[in-house]
Amino acid sequence: MRETELAIVGAGPAGLSAAIEAASAGVQVTLIDENQKPGGQLFKQIHKFFGSKEHYAAVRGFDIGAKLLDEVKRCGVEVMLDSVVWGIFSDHTLGIIHDQKNIRLKADKILLATGAMENALAFPGWTLPGVMGAGAIQTLINIHRVLPGKRVIMIGSGNVGLIVSYQLLQAGAQVVAVLEAAPKIGGYGVHASKLRRCGVPILTSTTIKEARGKGKVEKAIAIKLDQDWREIPGTEREYDVDVICLAVGLTPLSELAWMAGCRFEYVPELGGHVPIHDSNMETTVPGIYVAGDLSGIEEASTAMEEGKLAGIAIAEALGYLSPEEAKNRKEAVSRRLDSFRTGPFGEAVKKAKERLQRQGEAK
Amino acid sequence: MTLEKDGVLSPEELAELPGMPSKERLEQGAVAVIECAQEIPCNPCEKACPSGAIRVGEPITNLPTLIEDKCTGCGLCIPLCPGLAIFVVDMTYSDQEATVQLPYEFLPLPKRGETVKALDREGRVVCPARVVKVLNPKGFDHTAVITIAVPKDQAMNVRNIAVDRR
Repeated sequence: MRETELAIVGAGPAGLSAAIEAASAGVQVTLIDENQKPGGQLFKQIHKFFGSKEHYAAVRGFDIGAKLLDEVKRCGVEVMLDSVVWGIFSDHTLGIIHDQKNIRLKADKILLATGAMENALAFPGWTLPGVMGAGAIQTLINIHRVLPGKRVIMIGSGNVGLIVSYQLLQAGAQVVAVLEAAPKIGGYGVHASKLRRCGVPILTSTTIKEARGKGKVEKAIAIKLDQDWREIPGTEREYDVDVICLAVGLTPLSELAWMAGCRFEYVPELGGHVPIHDSNMETTVPGIYVAGDLSGIEEASTAMEEGKLAGIAIAEALGYLSPEEAKNRKEAVSRRLDSFRTGPFGEAVKKAKERLQRQGEAK
Repeated sequence: MTLEKDGVLSPEELAELPGMPSKERLEQGAVAVIECAQEIPCNPCEKACPSGAIRVGEPITNLPTLIEDKCTGCGLCIPLCPGLAIFVVDMTYSDQEATVQLPYEFLPLPKRGETVKALDREGRVVCPARVVKVLNPKGFDHTAVITIAVPKDQAMNVRNIAVDRR
């Protein structure tokens, strides 16, 4: 049995940021990720990030990832890659598979930063090759530099759908349309405008009815929806495409948190079932913390701040930071989180998070 | 036509933006046109401006306000806007033509002197445009800034270019 002070599951923006905060305060940190490279989704993000000028705004996602990795190395975090955490036990032990061997790791504190998974959308023909998730397409075009097809229809106009559409154009594909079932575009207007001035139509109150093709996607049939989200017969439109890209939202990847016995709340604004947590990011199970998309679907920028919050709180709980020092640092992070969560996009998340945290404090 | 429904700012929405220069200021020479209409948490434009002509302040979700008398039209804000929502328009370029500086993140980049297609906010070809300048220094981090010359009456309409791929 191996031992560590803090085990972090998931080396995305939240896990990396938490590791840096905790390790630089003196905590012994073990960072575990199932992938061969750390960084989570950051290295697929070739666009410049929004945010505050003090915190990586206007820096491209993969450059932020590289900076975080440098810092993680510098502060002596042990990084276990290619390592799947398959179980979590009541004595704060993790079961990890690495190189076909089982490793047991006991930790004083555990931070779950497992991120999210993409939602699927079922429609006739959805199992045809050529129907793909936006994450897979981003990996193909931005990591492996492989174009999955020439003519793409995007389903979903959240930020993921809009950004991946733009990146498909940059990679040399044609995006014939972005379909959005809701009456309004889901993502940021600036992302939508970027696509529109390249000539890509964004069709609201429209969804995909069917994918057709022999052995692979050859056509997509779109259909308009009425105000009650019912299909309007006769409004079908056919598109010649070889890829149908699904960008229909994310769900927190919560298996380990369930297994640990954390109490959950269903919060639609945060993407589904989310572990109840307090303002230290600690769940209802003492010593188990959450951060990033697992604690509510948001942006990479908020995931990094939540990771820092958890890292500071854990360093404090382990005695590496005085209460006053921890309080100052947490307040600075909380201020930034609050400012991220204002405006029409952030307000609903802020309210949902506050509701969740009230339950977390009362645990 | 609205930003929320179509992804395109309507003339009414454009007119209300605090980042929009006045007609009078446009007539005086190069000035930034900040087409940022949603309160999202973002403020690098504020720091990008060496003249203090862009104000976001607190909270970070405020829309950027253009202080038009301070703006020199230098265009340093263009590549630093993650939303690619800032342009610089110079209505005084020549008798017939105005220039538009716009952010461009596609390859191949156009060449100086080349004629490209000028596109409006909906991606429609509105006129030919002559490429006057191509800036792509390291500090812009792969967001090139292209200056094109177009007929004056298209300067507030043209927001993209199409470069034929060779």
